[in-house]
This record gives sequence, structure tokens and C-alpha cells, in this order.
Amino acid sequence: MTTQYVAAIDQGTTSSRCIIFDYDGRIVSVGQREHRQIFPQPGWVEHDASEIWDNVQLVVEEALDQGSITRDQLAAVGITNQRETTLVWDRETGEPVHNAIVWQDTRTNELIHELAGTAGQERFRERCGLPLATYFSGPKLRWLLEEVPGLRERAERGEVLFGTMDTWLIWKLTGRHVTDVTNASRTMLMNLRTLDWDSSILEDMGIPADVLPEIASSAEVYGEATGFLAGVPVASALGDQHAALVGQTCFDPGEVKGTYGTGTFLVLNTGTTPVMSSNGLLTTLGYKIGDQPAVYALEGSIAVTGSLVQWIRDNLGLISSAPEIETLARTVEDNGGCYIVPAFSGLFAPHWRSDARGVMTGLTGYVTKGHIARAVLEATAWQTREVVDAMRQDSGDDLATLKVDGGMTADNLLMQILADVLDIGVVRPMVAETTCLGAAYAAGLAVGFWPDLETLRAKWHKAAEWSPAMDPQIRSREYHNWQKAVQRTLGWIERDTA
Amino acid sequence: MPGRIQSIERAAAILRLMAGGARGLSLAEISRSLDLPKGTTLGILRTLQHVGFVEQDEATGQYQLGGGVLRLGTRYLDGNELRTRALNWADSLAARSGESVRIGTLHEERVLVVHHVFRPDDSRQTLEVGTLLPLHASALGKTLMAFDPLALAEESEFERPELPGYTERTITSRTALTAELESVRANGWAAELEELVEGEVAIAAPIRDRRGTAVGAIGLSGAVERLCDDRGLRMDQVSYVRDAARSISRELGAHPW
Repeated sequence: MTTQYVAAIDQGTTSSRCIIFDYDGRIVSVGQREHRQIFPQPGWVEHDASEIWDNVQLVVEEALDQGSITRDQLAAVGITNQRETTLVWDRETGEPVHNAIVWQDTRTNELIHELAGTAGQERFRERCGLPLATYFSGPKLRWLLEEVPGLRERAERGEVLFGTMDTWLIWKLTGRHVTDVTNASRTMLMNLRTLDWDSSILEDMGIPADVLPEIASSAEVYGEATGFLAGVPVASALGDQHAALVGQTCFDPGEVKGTYGTGTFLVLNTGTTPVMSSNGLLTTLGYKIGDQPAVYALEGSIAVTGSLVQWIRDNLGLISSAPEIETLARTVEDNGGCYIVPAFSGLFAPHWRSDARGVMTGLTGYVTKGHIARAVLEATAWQTREVVDAMRQDSGDDLATLKVDGGMTADNLLMQILADVLDIGVVRPMVAETTCLGAAYAAGLAVGFWPDLETLRAKWHKAAEWSPAMDPQIRSREYHNWQKAVQRTLGWIERDTA
Repeated sequence: MPGRIQSIERAAAILRLMAGGARGLSLAEISRSLDLPKGTTLGILRTLQHVGFVEQDEATGQYQLGGGVLRLGTRYLDGNELRTRALNWADSLAARSGESVRIGTLHEERVLVVHHVFRPDDSRQTLEVGTLLPLHASALGKTLMAFDPLALAEESEFERPELPGYTERTITSRTALTAELESVRANGWAAELEELVEGEVAIAAPIRDRRGTAVGAIGLSGAVERLCDDRGLRMDQVSYVRDAARSISRELGAHPW
């Protein structure tokens, strides 16, 4: 028998990629292609879903070519995707009725306020786990139904279909209209407990149930592909951060992963019952493997981490490349009393204060650019600490280690500071592409390419590990100072319009 | 205000003279052109040769600009940047080889470890980023000495007839080391066979930037039982190291060679 592989399609915000993995979970080949970002108005961001479908076919073929692999050597193909990005297409022709509305798009801002009404942003939280916010798909779908001429009528006649990018790709590949629980959990329309569309939310948001896909698990054969991948089982779908949770093999309650890029996403496995947060975290699905019970998660996102380093590079010119932040920070022993809170567009989890703006504080004549660089790295660490503390309170887990991935994990000083301020071990796995790996794992499980979660866990290897080495007294002093700095960001915007 | 230093002005004149010529120049030609005594000229040339700014052709005895001058114009490659650019390739080398991986750069006559990936067997290991290794007794160091034009100039231990030994197999004689570096240059990679630690073997290859200058070295190391077989060093492991070095060099803009 020829060697078998699993392909993962990562349909991301800026590009689509395909990575082919072998049985050991190692990368065999990669295909990648960027797509256009369409900005029709300030605050609006769209993608051309047909262009994305073309690119997905190209990157899969590219990865197959590069690895000299034929499609019959693919045991399965899995999908991971940018979350919440919303598309409606014609059931008959398959033509999108409008560009996809991307997760960052803020056109639903007014609609959100309208939906919140007197009940407030938390109106649907108990049922769907999420506050009303512009990111999520439900309000974006509502916007399309209202604003695209004739669309509501066509929706009510059952002529059009809604989907996030996973659903679009599965429909294109297999003809089946289906999504997985993790993607559905980002629409605001799914009931967290029944894992089905919540009829009362649908009614409140004015969404006809006929346009919605069937909700399936994250790892099962949705169908066999036709066309260029004919015969290959399409066997997983996971939102990107959920896929990273699986790729990091965080299969036990209390296991947490952090993906450090321009922003940072922390996701904690909370087991088979949803945990409602009293600390501003989102309750979401972790993953659901076939018939097994769904696994829930708490999510805390930090808007500005790597992008603060980019700001130091591009707007202040203190460094000429992002990795130099570590070199500059190592020229000093500590932050020299300087703290930076990058609340560039307000504070997110766990504070949720849109009236906050960034501060650089504690400045004296002693502070050098080295201290500022140090404060930049510490800002990422303390923001993580705040989310981790919220996770500890909500879940009651003490979180023994943090599994990290993403570009910023190349910064060894940052990883050490992270271990120091969290007072737990920080470990980096050998396969940095945890998102694709998670989608591949789920697809491979669904077709029996890998037998069980234990087998996958055994493939996880430490590439590096950092242990806390900070005096507890210094840690509490520094946390106290950080919290003082956070206080100074609040209330800067006096007439809060958000 | 302190006065100008005559010997530095003379050294600059020599460098400018060499930069203008298409071929190497003899001692006589240089001293004649600049109207300097031969003894003075030779002293300056030897000093410039020592710091890597001038090279002498062994066959003809003529002098030409050294690699160190070329390096002056290149932006110094930050070790943290090298790690960032090399991260995925170093991980995949560790995964393919099953051994631990290190990336080293030259630092004050030693190899500075700027990146370390654990051996993928979940045993207890500590991150060794920031440690220093001896140039002549490590695969990373021999690679840097063979391919980095500044390494030899910086290696002042070279002045001594005997180099420090770490095991019975450390190369301690200068002539033996010169011959070893010749073969490293010819092969394109270096090996360390129980020369630093008993029972431990390492393989390394150069990382080059877009000018083709060696800016660092990547290598793996592990137990002799795993990395050697009856015929000696396992060549599949050598090819993994060279693949990784080539991939990182491409990432830095080097032309495939």
C-alpha cells in the first residue's frame, strides 16, 4: 500500500493554505495563496468567496505537487478557517449573493445596539455564550438579509444558503450544507447546551431557519469530495483557534493554549459542560469528535500583543525588525519603572472598557529605549496574566502549564517573562503550525487514520520550555504596578460612543 | 582635540589602493605606490590581515581585500532575528533527525548558541540559548571558522601552538585544525566526533545571507550510537542538516548553491 497522508486546508483571513501531514504529524508539503482584502467603506472588510474557492483548489494542488502525492494517497482532508466571516449564496447556481463579510468588519455596530435594546449586550449570552458584538456571524447575516435587495424574500423561499467559510468549502467540495459546532458557536445563533439552532434567538434576530446549515461534530465524514479531490473524505471542520487547541492536544480540562501573533488568543479546555464566565471571557465550543460528548472552552483574546512590537518598529522606529525588540530589551535588567498598556482601541478581556486608551507610564529621566522595549514585552505577559487569572476564577482550574504557539514564541525573553509573571511553565511544541495540525488530527480521527486522542497526544513534543524564575515579591510588586497602569487608561474617551 | 593617527591613515590608504585594483598587489607594489618603507607597509598589512581586512594569496604572496571588509558593509544580523527566521526549519530538522538542534553565531572567539530545539523524546532538557562553545572543538564552531571570514581573525587562541583539549579526540594542533577546516570547506559541512564531550557527536552546516556570507551555523548533536553506524557518520543525518541550512539561507535571501 502506498503511504497515506492527511491534508489540512486553512482558510485564513489573509490567505488560504494547504499543509499535508504524514502519520507522525510532520509537515510534508505546503501550498499557500493570498486573497484580496476588499474595503468598500471605512470599517468594512469583505472577501470574494469565489476567489477563495479558486485559491483553495490551487493550494491543495500545489501541496500535492510539491510533496509528489496523488489524491488517492489522501486518507482525508480537514478544514480550519477564519471564524465568523459570513457568506450567503444561491442554492441552485452556487453563486455568492454578496461578498463575504469578514469578522473584523464593524458595519453591524448600529444593529448590535438595536438588538441589545434595553436588555443590553448580554441579552443572548446565557444561551449562546457570547455578548452582542460586531464580530459574530448572526448579526452579519441579519445585515445581509436587510440590505441586499430581495434577499429576505429569497431566504424565506429557501433559495439561498448561509455559511461560514467551513460551510462554504464543504458545500463546494461535497455538495452538503453543514457546519461544525465550533463554527456554529461563533454565530450567536446556536444554543450552547442543545448544540442546535436556538429558535428564540433566530426569532429575535429575524433569521429564517431554512438558510442555516445542519450542525455536525468537528470530526466526522461530511461527505466524499467530487471534482479535483474526487473520492477523498472531507472529515473535519474547526474554527482556527479551536483547531489550535486540538493541534496542541489540549484534550484534558484545565489545559490551555496561547497563540501569540499580532493579537493573542487564549483558549482553555473546560470539559464537557459549558462554563459561564463572570470575568468577561467567552464561552465557546472546544471541539466535538464524532459521537463523543462536545468539549467546551473559555476564550480570552488580547487585541494588541505582536502589533505593539510592530508599532514600536513602524511608528516609533526604535527597532528595524520585530525580533530586535528582544535584543533591545536585553540591554537592560528590568523595566526601569516604565509600563505600557496598549489599549489602542479600548481594553478587551477581561476588562471590556471601550473608553480606555493606551498609556506609557512611570517615566523618569532614567528610562531608556531598552526599558521601553522591556515594557513592551511585559505588556504581552501581563495581559496574558489577566486572562489566565480570569480563566482560573471561572473554571476553578489552577492551569499548570501554558502551551504556546505563533510567531512571537521565537522571542525567548518574552517566553521567560511569560513564565515569570504567570508563575507556571511555558512550553512550545515542535510543530508550530498547530492550527493546520488540529484540522488534520480531527480529519484523521474521523477516518481512523489515527485511532484515538492518546495516539495524538503522544505525537506532541516539547521544542522548548521556560520555567518561572522570578522572586514572588517582585512578581506581586510588578503586578500591582501593572494594575495601577491599567487604571490610568480608563475613562480617557469621555463621551463613549461605542 | 587629539591629533590624527598616522598609521590609521596609512592603513586606510592601503585598503583604498586594494579596493581600486582588479588583482592582488605585492608588498613591493603597495609600498612603491604609497611611497612607504617596506617594513612599515608589511607591519600594517600583517595587522590588517590579522583583523580579517586583508588576505594574502598563499601561492603568489599577493595581498587583496579580506572578507572582513565586505562584512563591514553588511547590516549585522541580529541573533534574535536569525532565530525567528530559522524557527520552522530548526523544528523540522529536530523532527526529521530525532535529535536536538542548535544554531550558533560567532561571539568573542566562541560560538554563541542563539537557538536550541529539544530532542523530540520528551526527556527532561534545559534550554541552552546563550551558552558559549569553543570554536575548534564543536561542529558549529568549525563551520563558522571555515566559512565566516571573521572567525579566523578573531580566533586569537590560534596564536598559541596548542589549542585546549576537552577529550582525547579534540583537535589541538594548529596544523591539524587547518587541514580539518580545508576539508570542512570542501565538504560544505563539519562534524564533531566526541571532540567536546565523550560519546557525543554533532554535525553542522553554514547559514548564508543574500551576499553568500556565512552568518551562522545550524547543527544537530546526539549520542554516537545513534548518529554513527558501522561505516561512520550517518549520511542521512548529514543531508538533513544541509537541507535545513539551505532552507534557512534561502529564507535569508541567499541563492541556492
